[in-house]
Amino acid sequence: MSACKDQDPRIHGIKTKIRVVPNFPKPGIMFQDITTLLLDPKAFKDTIDLFVERYKGKNISVVAGIEARGFIFGPPIALAIGAKFVPLRKPRKLPGKVISEEYILEYGRDCLEMHVGAVEPGDRALVVDDLIATGGTLCAAMNLLERVGAEVVECACVIELPELKGRDRLNGKPLYILVEYH
Amino acid sequence: MEKKREMFAGENGLQGDPRLKAISEAIRVVPHFPKPGIMFQDITTLLLDHKAFKDTVDIFVDRYRDMGISVVAGVEARGFMFGPSIALAIGAKFVPLRKPKKLPGEVISEAYVLEYGTDCLEMHVGAVQRGERALVIDDLIATGGTLCAAIKLLERVGAEVVECACVIGLPEAKGQCRLNGKPLYILVEPRK
Repeated sequence: MSACKDQDPRIHGIKTKIRVVPNFPKPGIMFQDITTLLLDPKAFKDTIDLFVERYKGKNISVVAGIEARGFIFGPPIALAIGAKFVPLRKPRKLPGKVISEEYILEYGRDCLEMHVGAVEPGDRALVVDDLIATGGTLCAAMNLLERVGAEVVECACVIELPELKGRDRLNGKPLYILVEYH
Repeated sequence: MEKKREMFAGENGLQGDPRLKAISEAIRVVPHFPKPGIMFQDITTLLLDHKAFKDTVDIFVDRYRDMGISVVAGVEARGFMFGPSIALAIGAKFVPLRKPKKLPGEVISEAYVLEYGTDCLEMHVGAVQRGERALVIDDLIATGGTLCAAIKLLERVGAEVVECACVIGLPEAKGQCRLNGKPLYILVEPRK
């Protein structure tokens, strides 16, 4: 489900502001760089507005953002829709008691952590990141939230790489994205 | 004659503002993190309090909206939680200042000294233009080493750093009031 199908005129402006950096972090990867989007106040505002328009009035009580680019988009959305913001972080960054969720990388594993007590049973959650690739990180994020009894309403990303089929790894949870990169 | 500028918001235009007390009380202290003796100022509890988080952003926005600031530079990673909302509200661009090897394009780097060893902050080439007026934002200032590196990055590309803004200011920052001559604006002192 992507906003570009709705032909919102703001989408084109957002897509053109994303810079593709070839061979980063390693050969063969076409890296989707959202920092150039952040340099255009109108396009950045449009990005946030599109998410806020979708989620306002849906009773979302928590926006969970994935370190570190999820921290750029998540808080403005949370503030606008009246939700709390919860950072989901790499290991040993959060100072208090945490729960951890491991996930598989191409080579090896990584781990996502959330503060105990930040999210409560019954909280309605939105997960935000800049991009979905294989969906491994988003899956770990959803697991963290569900483990503490929250309901994940949707995952929201600026960019999807559809060929990596991350959408299929979200345990049936809906995914909302603004632009696809093929 | 230049008016003396106090560092803390409570002495600089926001005397008695009840929002400051609520912001301070929303911050959690975690003892002995990341190591014994450090009383870590945890802003994640502030982010859980929608009103207090909104007030934090609003206070910065009210201060900076008429200062002609064209770029807000946020220090990874907690600066990312405050900077973008401020940038959006004042019509400025947001530039992330990151740890090494995170930014994908061509970068400039600035090394800075830690208690033990050194670290490095990076900024994308071309993100900031000569003559731009910049605000630097982070959640907390301790020794000022990271903020100093941030200021240097911006000045190296010809930007003017108007001010550095932090939610929390540790005692080591007091009496500095300025970093390399740049003014510092802080909302609250650390909790005990």
